[in-house]
Amino acid sequence: MAIDSEVLVIGGGIAGMTSALSAARAGADVRLVSYKQSTLRHASGLVDILGYTPDGEGPLTDPYAAIPDLPVDHPYRTVGESTIRDAMALFDEAVPSYRGAHTDRNALVPTHGGTVKPTARYPASAAAGLASDERSVLLVGFESMVDFDGPHAAAHLEAAGVPFDVRGVTIRFPGDLRADAKVTRYAKLLDTDSEVSVGDRDRPVREALAERVGAELDGESRVGFPAVLGDDRAGTVRVALSESLGVDVFEVPMGPPSLPGLRLEDRLFGALDEAGVSIETGNPVVDYECGQPNGGDDRIERVFIEKNGARIPYSADEYVLATGGLVGKGVESDRERVSEPIFDCHVPHPADRYDWFETEAFGDHSFARFGVATDDRLRPTNADGGVEFENLRAAGSVLGGYDFAAEKSGSGVSIATGYTAGRGAAGVSA
Amino acid sequence: MASVPHVAVIGGGSTGIGIARDLAMRGLDVTLLEQGNLTHGTTGRMHGLLHSGGRYAVSDQASAEECIAENRVLRDIASHCVEMTGGLFVKRPEDSEEYFEEKLRGCEACGIPADVVSGVEARDVEPHLARDVDKAISVPDGAVDPFRLVVANAASAQEHGARIETHSKVTDLLVEAGEVVGVEVEHDSGPGKRVHGTEGGSEEIHADYVVNAAGAWAGRIGDMAGLDVAVRPSKGVMTIMNVRQVDTVINRCRPKGDADIIVPHETTAILGTTDEEVEDPEDYPEEQWEVDMMIDTLSELVPMLSEARTIRSFWGVRPLYEPPEVGSTDPTDITRDYFLLDHAERDDLGGMTSIVGGKFTTYRMMGEEISDHVCEQFGIDADCRTAEVPLPGSEDFSVLRDYMDEFGLRSPIGRRSVERLGSRADAVLKTDAPNPAVCECEGVTRAEVQDAIEQSGSDLNAVRIRTRASMGNCQGGFCCHRLASELHGVGDGGDETAVAYDEATAREAWDELLQERWKGQRHALWGEQLSQAALNYALHATTQNRDRDPADGQAVDFTAFDGGSERSDPADTAGVATDGGARDGN
Repeated sequence: MAIDSEVLVIGGGIAGMTSALSAARAGADVRLVSYKQSTLRHASGLVDILGYTPDGEGPLTDPYAAIPDLPVDHPYRTVGESTIRDAMALFDEAVPSYRGAHTDRNALVPTHGGTVKPTARYPASAAAGLASDERSVLLVGFESMVDFDGPHAAAHLEAAGVPFDVRGVTIRFPGDLRADAKVTRYAKLLDTDSEVSVGDRDRPVREALAERVGAELDGESRVGFPAVLGDDRAGTVRVALSESLGVDVFEVPMGPPSLPGLRLEDRLFGALDEAGVSIETGNPVVDYECGQPNGGDDRIERVFIEKNGARIPYSADEYVLATGGLVGKGVESDRERVSEPIFDCHVPHPADRYDWFETEAFGDHSFARFGVATDDRLRPTNADGGVEFENLRAAGSVLGGYDFAAEKSGSGVSIATGYTAGRGAAGVSA
Repeated sequence: MASVPHVAVIGGGSTGIGIARDLAMRGLDVTLLEQGNLTHGTTGRMHGLLHSGGRYAVSDQASAEECIAENRVLRDIASHCVEMTGGLFVKRPEDSEEYFEEKLRGCEACGIPADVVSGVEARDVEPHLARDVDKAISVPDGAVDPFRLVVANAASAQEHGARIETHSKVTDLLVEAGEVVGVEVEHDSGPGKRVHGTEGGSEEIHADYVVNAAGAWAGRIGDMAGLDVAVRPSKGVMTIMNVRQVDTVINRCRPKGDADIIVPHETTAILGTTDEEVEDPEDYPEEQWEVDMMIDTLSELVPMLSEARTIRSFWGVRPLYEPPEVGSTDPTDITRDYFLLDHAERDDLGGMTSIVGGKFTTYRMMGEEISDHVCEQFGIDADCRTAEVPLPGSEDFSVLRDYMDEFGLRSPIGRRSVERLGSRADAVLKTDAPNPAVCECEGVTRAEVQDAIEQSGSDLNAVRIRTRASMGNCQGGFCCHRLASELHGVGDGGDETAVAYDEATAREAWDELLQERWKGQRHALWGEQLSQAALNYALHATTQNRDRDPADGQAVDFTAFDGGSERSDPADTAGVATDGGARDGN
């Protein structure tokens, strides 16, 4: 007897979680299964909708205004502008710690490379760092944290033409952290406000840190840190530092492992729990079966999850494929072809692998748009344009036809298509 | 003529740098000119094999004898650049038994230690060898890091007073009264270390003698004085695997052929190669079939290669030469031997000799021979000492101990740093400031990166070849921006000696590194490495916005974007300031 649910979502990234949440909110009995760590740990934690057009025009001030001009096979065109708005409203409600919903306009957020990135939503921890805010900034880096260099980032921001004075300093983080301490180590120390030894006495780390930074402050109105200011208690840490320093404090989003990304993941999982979604992580979906294995039936009857070497059947009425793109391994390749590994859905791609990329590092790479094509209900389609399975929908970067990195549209597409696929799977028509 | 002759050496590959060191140690005044980075040409594009001579033991025994002799010298003078992995010539059932016997006899004739091992014994050493491998001959092949070796030679030459100019392209030979009297060079960024954005310019360098060691580019140098130096460039592909599937050099025991060698190199294994004559050493096709052939053919020896991950492929161009009267049509028939072309004797143009052909393993011997030749021109009687005096980094083996505790570096970073730095480890790694890893794949720390920057200016590719930073599995995905920050360097670690470059310089170097790292990966874009490339692209483009960086492009109207809600709407700050207990993360 298979483990049963009305909707089975495969994949635990933003798209999968949004699908599951949308389906559950629409009244369905939902199960979400995910295999690997989600790519949110690689993501900055910023939630973008559209920062640039596919032609590279931008940064766009208003992402919604650019939707109608996107190519017809872009996932945003499939779901439409009003659905994107509804989906973002669901996100805003599920993740109240994010900002940016007060306006359609994009924000420009400084990131750890030292440039600014357009985004529609940003964690509250980054809110005081917006580049359109004209107050002066001090960027603080830590000596042994190679991923964020305060003076370098400050000089880079200046070169980007930001409308505020910005200066960077490098300080030694209080206490005796090893040179290769992980960001989570910093965050945990700050979360717990542990005692660290400074000079010849032990002091709470927040106070010691604020003192070192305070000594560097030279009239700046806000202070930016690499995004390590706490994990579970990030708000508390930020407020404590802000109060000690007497200025606003913000975090600069970083690369992997990204605490803002992991915190967002926690928030979304929390929302899923509240909505009654069953969640199972750590085991892969390896196969599927249709009702009549020898053809004639294009409904998925069950999928199989590999658990300790056994194949466990899971069945559902409707399935959502949210396994990610090349990065998340929802799209795979070998020397001959590009494929979707679970259901072998068709992934359009050039036959010659040397046509999968361009010569320039930031060229218009074909691989960046690899993913399944769908009908207008987000059901993957085969090479002839027919629906692969009646009861399978796709969401997020397993979808093809858009380059989330160049457009800065990854989270927005995942949220909008996750919302559409989840509601579709729960029987709500678009 | 000045009391000490001034010699200009053209070419910063192993040959040129070997000559520069030798001449400088003999007391001559040397200027070395290299159009790119050190190892820019063929030296930086080889498989890293330290020949035992086994590969030439049948076809070219003179070369084989030179190889085993120099193999022993390099183990001695360049211990920190060499890993003695040992090598196997592996015979499959379909490979000729007669050739196997010939190979064995050839090795014996050339003085190359060689033992026959059974298939079972070979698999004991290398478990991933194919089950049906019959037997093998074991020889003292090794792996050598060409970058480290050339950099160490350059350091030694500089210690002996040589001037080393990289990114300085020879644009003309100065000829007066039937004699070459110097060179005209175009500096990419001014003389000295390369610094992006520094204005270049041309310089006439007068010399009492010029040595053309430009390898595959030697013909072009010859053209500048109307000389016919008919180098026949031949390309070969090398495909880098993400791990060492083998720890021993694996050769296929059969007559010349493509795709017949696997060299374990640092954290990777390098598959090689092909041999195809090309017209232009800078512009030749890099083809898919070549990469496919490496994987498919070498899988016959090590089956797991067919499913393994490759991280990039690159091509090198051998600067082959044969006297024009030989007239080989197949480049594999062209000798791997080297030739001194004294243009006074050959072309009636004094003041210059070209050295062409040859191979990396015997670079020092070539340097010795041409240095003898140069000294002869000036009647100088000075002994070659390059075979006896260790290179910087290989001077004192006793320092090669485990530095993990001493430098607070976790395994295996400490060990790897020390292996790379050899006897320089103390000087480089002893720092009061924290020394975090900048490149985690290759275990390269800040101190090593700063040391390399000090040597090579703002050029991150030059830092890369010195340290291996960005050369591991992620191919720079996680460390390119960190390296750029190290370059910017202001205030880092409170280390006042940290070299500082401005932001624009650091950004240009950063972009150049990203582009260089991308170039070789293009030939490895399927499977895991395509996923890695997609991740790198996403990290650089999404979070860092490097593809659309406003600093590189048009001015942005910042006022048109969201300036924040919180200061204008105090009510909203509640969400930020509230201490929501245990789960207020955001």
